[in-house]
Amino acid sequence: MSAVNTATPPAAAAPKTYRPLRARAGAAVPHVILIAYAVVALGPIAMIVMNSFKSRQAIFDTPFALPTPDTFDVSGFQTVFTRAQFELYFLNSFIVTVSTVFLVLLLGSMAAFALAEYRFTGLTFVALYMAVGIMIPIRLGTVGILDLMVRLGLVNSLAGLVLVYTAMGLPLAVFVLTAFFQQVPGELKDAARIDGSSEYRVYRMAVPLVKPGLAAIGVYTMLPIWNDLWFPLILTPAENVRTVTLGTQLFLGQFVTDWNAVLAVLTLAALPLIALFIIFSRQFIRGLTSGAFK
Amino acid sequence: MSRLRTSGPPDEAGAEVVTSAGAATTRPEAKPRRRGFRTHVVVFIAPAAAIYTLFMVYPLLDSLRLSLFAPVDGNLTFVGLDNFVHLLTDDILAPQFWNAVWNNLMFFAVHFFVQNPIGLLLAALLAAPTLRGRSTYRALLFIPTTLSVVIVGFIWQLIISPVWGFVDTPLLGQSSTALVTLALMSVWQYVGIPMILFYAVLISIPHELTEAATVDGANGWTTFWRVKFPLILPTVGIVSVVTYVANMNAFDLIYTVKGALAGPDFASDIMGTFFFRTFFGFQLQQGSSTMGATVATMMFLLILAGVLLYFYGWQRRIESYQL
Repeated sequence: MSAVNTATPPAAAAPKTYRPLRARAGAAVPHVILIAYAVVALGPIAMIVMNSFKSRQAIFDTPFALPTPDTFDVSGFQTVFTRAQFELYFLNSFIVTVSTVFLVLLLGSMAAFALAEYRFTGLTFVALYMAVGIMIPIRLGTVGILDLMVRLGLVNSLAGLVLVYTAMGLPLAVFVLTAFFQQVPGELKDAARIDGSSEYRVYRMAVPLVKPGLAAIGVYTMLPIWNDLWFPLILTPAENVRTVTLGTQLFLGQFVTDWNAVLAVLTLAALPLIALFIIFSRQFIRGLTSGAFK
Repeated sequence: MSRLRTSGPPDEAGAEVVTSAGAATTRPEAKPRRRGFRTHVVVFIAPAAAIYTLFMVYPLLDSLRLSLFAPVDGNLTFVGLDNFVHLLTDDILAPQFWNAVWNNLMFFAVHFFVQNPIGLLLAALLAAPTLRGRSTYRALLFIPTTLSVVIVGFIWQLIISPVWGFVDTPLLGQSSTALVTLALMSVWQYVGIPMILFYAVLISIPHELTEAATVDGANGWTTFWRVKFPLILPTVGIVSVVTYVANMNAFDLIYTVKGALAGPDFASDIMGTFFFRTFFGFQLQQGSSTMGATVATMMFLLILAGVLLYFYGWQRRIESYQL
């Protein structure tokens, strides 16, 4: 903004020939700031990825250099794959995240459809009851959750994690999707009903019409689950059900002095998510700016 | 994007969380259907309500209940507010509790005063209509937000480690700098959230408003502070209250970088790590589920206090404009 500020008043007074130059300089200022911040945001990540492919000596001698044939070294990755089961951790995280997103979208859209579509006694109560969970962090109920999981025999099972995360994701999903379902034109649904469709069919017909809402909720549900440390640490610490985030954390604690291994595991844990984000960034940002979360 | 706007101006969305989910359903279009008991309504709502009730509402209420009990001779016995009295008066627990509360407020203050201005600056630059490469910048600047806190903690731990030599001072090892350093790492990660939310408001401001100001002779600076900023203020409030709630149950970053003891000498201890130690115990300290539930209840009250302060102290006082 300051760019415009400094450019306008002198430009009026100065000879006309200066104007394009000044204007161009003014237009560059936002880029300078944005690029500077992009370096702050991405520099550290680039440092980690770059150095994970270098020998221990080179990591400390020339940290800013790209790996060269001389310094190229993947011993860190070898340590990671021989000493920990990262394939398994990825699979576990994948199962938990995909199952939760599926359940949140299916159950959330069903409830939201009913809340948007029908009037019945207790409607306001049900809507409020589901919405309360948006502002209350589920972690505060950890004592009760652990107790419940022990009683249900769901400690150290991926199903336990999926159920907790589904409960955590549902309030916002129901709230946002209700607003989306209210925008579906009533004529469409009534036409289907006159043709003899059951209410379940009407729901199946309406779901594709709220796809933007489903996409936004999908990505919004996915990230905190994939990245969560708290519940895996407490509910599923066993090796065979460990998630990537917990696996990374435990591995880092053990190998803290082995810089090659630490850099390699950070690269392995970060890159898939960054790749996924870059592919879907348009949908993701659109979801966040759509007003659904404000 | 305008779909949801119809249910209320974006500025009031904070209040919507509590009120309009129910109110919106009484819109005239929602026609009453005249049948008796309708099984499909139950089929639609019951699964979501059941999972939510069993795995979120019930454990939360159970935790609140447990905070009023204590093990006496191996049996859980109702002790009223004894746990809270113990937490606030015990020679060992009380100082730790207040230390964690204070640190947590500091942790939030750093977010409030650093994250909001940077987010606003980036959003204002991104929203400029003439900017080229907007979607690339937007995506790149958001990348840290998508990472796991564990990764962020370790990336920064390596970068500022004196072993690697970019920073000479052990910022994470000194009591005076540990907490602020950790908070800044967290800001680095989450600055994308206010950036995107401010950006969403800025691009929704109609051109006529800014053009009118320009015609009246206002320059870019004046236009921003006099026209756009008042429209962003409600979002500042929403971002702050969301950050407050997230910070009050933050845990992952501090646990990753400093462990459950949140050193040095509890200098980076916040409510999340204090809760974890009280519940599971650590080293010499014995874990207790009832005292853990007590700490969780105190966290709930702190969060509630912050949210109420926002609704009554901020949201009611500032004017919202319908765009």
